[in-house]
Amino acid sequence: MEHPLPDSGLFPLSRLSDGPEATFRLGERVSKLLRGGEIVLLWGPLGAGKTLFVQGVCRGLEVDDPEVNSPTFTLVNTYRGRLTVHHLDLYRLTEQDDLQDIGIEALLDDADAAEAVLLVEWPDPLLPWLGPRLEFMASHGEGEDERIWHLRGLPDVPESWAAMMEEI
Amino acid sequence: MKILGIETSCDDTSVALLDEHEGVLENLVSSQIDLHDHFGGVVPELASRAHLVNLLPLIDVLLTRRSLNLADIDGVAVTRGPGLIGALLVGLSTAKAICWAAGKPLAAVHHIEGHMLANELTAPMELPAAVLVVSGGHTEVILVREIGLYERLGWTLDDAAGECYDKCAQFMGLPYPGGPAVDRVAEGGDPGRFTFPRPLHKDPRVIFSFSGLKTAVRLEVERLPRPLSEQDVADVCHALREAVTDVLTRRLFQAAQEQGVRAVYLAGGVAANSLLRTRTAELATKRGLHFVAPDRAYCTDNAAMIAQAGLCRFRVGYRDDLSVDSFARQPVTSWLPLP
Repeated sequence: MEHPLPDSGLFPLSRLSDGPEATFRLGERVSKLLRGGEIVLLWGPLGAGKTLFVQGVCRGLEVDDPEVNSPTFTLVNTYRGRLTVHHLDLYRLTEQDDLQDIGIEALLDDADAAEAVLLVEWPDPLLPWLGPRLEFMASHGEGEDERIWHLRGLPDVPESWAAMMEEI
Repeated sequence: MKILGIETSCDDTSVALLDEHEGVLENLVSSQIDLHDHFGGVVPELASRAHLVNLLPLIDVLLTRRSLNLADIDGVAVTRGPGLIGALLVGLSTAKAICWAAGKPLAAVHHIEGHMLANELTAPMELPAAVLVVSGGHTEVILVREIGLYERLGWTLDDAAGECYDKCAQFMGLPYPGGPAVDRVAEGGDPGRFTFPRPLHKDPRVIFSFSGLKTAVRLEVERLPRPLSEQDVADVCHALREAVTDVLTRRLFQAAQEQGVRAVYLAGGVAANSLLRTRTAELATKRGLHFVAPDRAYCTDNAAMIAQAGLCRFRVGYRDDLSVDSFARQPVTSWLPLP
């Protein structure tokens, strides 16, 4: 279960989050920009706040589910709100595992049809399947609770997302 | 009555044969049995295609070992959910096909109910009871009023307890799954060296959170000199296991008190953890509550517990329709009508 992280230097935007609440709010703010069809990758070490970020997104999307929790074991959790959210966590997977086995095509089809957004933790096994997407990477700051959230878009970061990053 | 149990909710394919009077006759788990003869290759670790490859050969092995055929089975019990939908469908479709072809009743069982009723394989449960279900994917406290009547009292806001063990084990260089590794190493740890936070300990609800504990452990480990010494790892594991066990048992006994029940039980993979078992036993004795630790063999995912849940249904004449569907996520539901 080796999951290499990308180089933070490849992310053009970054902002400091001073604690869990700011991370949750970042997720909430991101939710306002989602129109359906977005694929958002969440990079970062254990304990960086990726699941908390997803909880913020789900709150913002009015997901009616008291349990937005870690899908490490189940691999995929699906929540219904203003948009459908497929929350993936590929931590347990390796390059040898075939994502077809977890029904990835159906999930990507939902995104293609703009019916769902995909939020993916530990996304490296998914990279060969992906076209355009937004990528966040959380790294640790100076204090125990500080996180630096980096953002990049492939091919680029939409202006509305760049403006959202200014607001943290 | 002989029940065939099928469990395919996650990584392992498992089939079991349970006899009403003789108990578990067979309980086969794909990762623990050599199926190479059946398809001459490496068994893939994960997911639906692996279940597809494993399931029928496993059922063959089971029936052959007992010199039985499908006509000798009195019913089929299968995990309906929660889990990976593709994986679940392999088990559920197979179970339906057997029931339809052989004219047998079907029981479509909630995975969590199976874990709880694994306790029935050890001794008849004293009910009503509060049950702590704790594994790699679940951390819940459930009130079992009687078999088939459930009420979920609490759950985790983020990570499951088993997942916390897995991830902490990983950054200490311990093997996967992390729970058994931490449990083993913790025995040699110094109890006085580290203390980790008890997340949400002031929250009045029966509720869990393990994400912050995971982060606290990681920060502590990062402060230690590299490479990590065996003693350092043992000391961290000791404190981690104390924190997890403390939080779990506190909420279980809180739930028991609030509900006024006289019995508590453990279920799920983490129920095999030795400290959790001894601590629960101590606290139960102190409070005068009934507790029997479940057989370790039936704590992790297995089909015997599903067969047991099926037996409980068939005994009272309950059976599921063959049109029943699987689900990826859904809390445990009652199947007995409310009294």
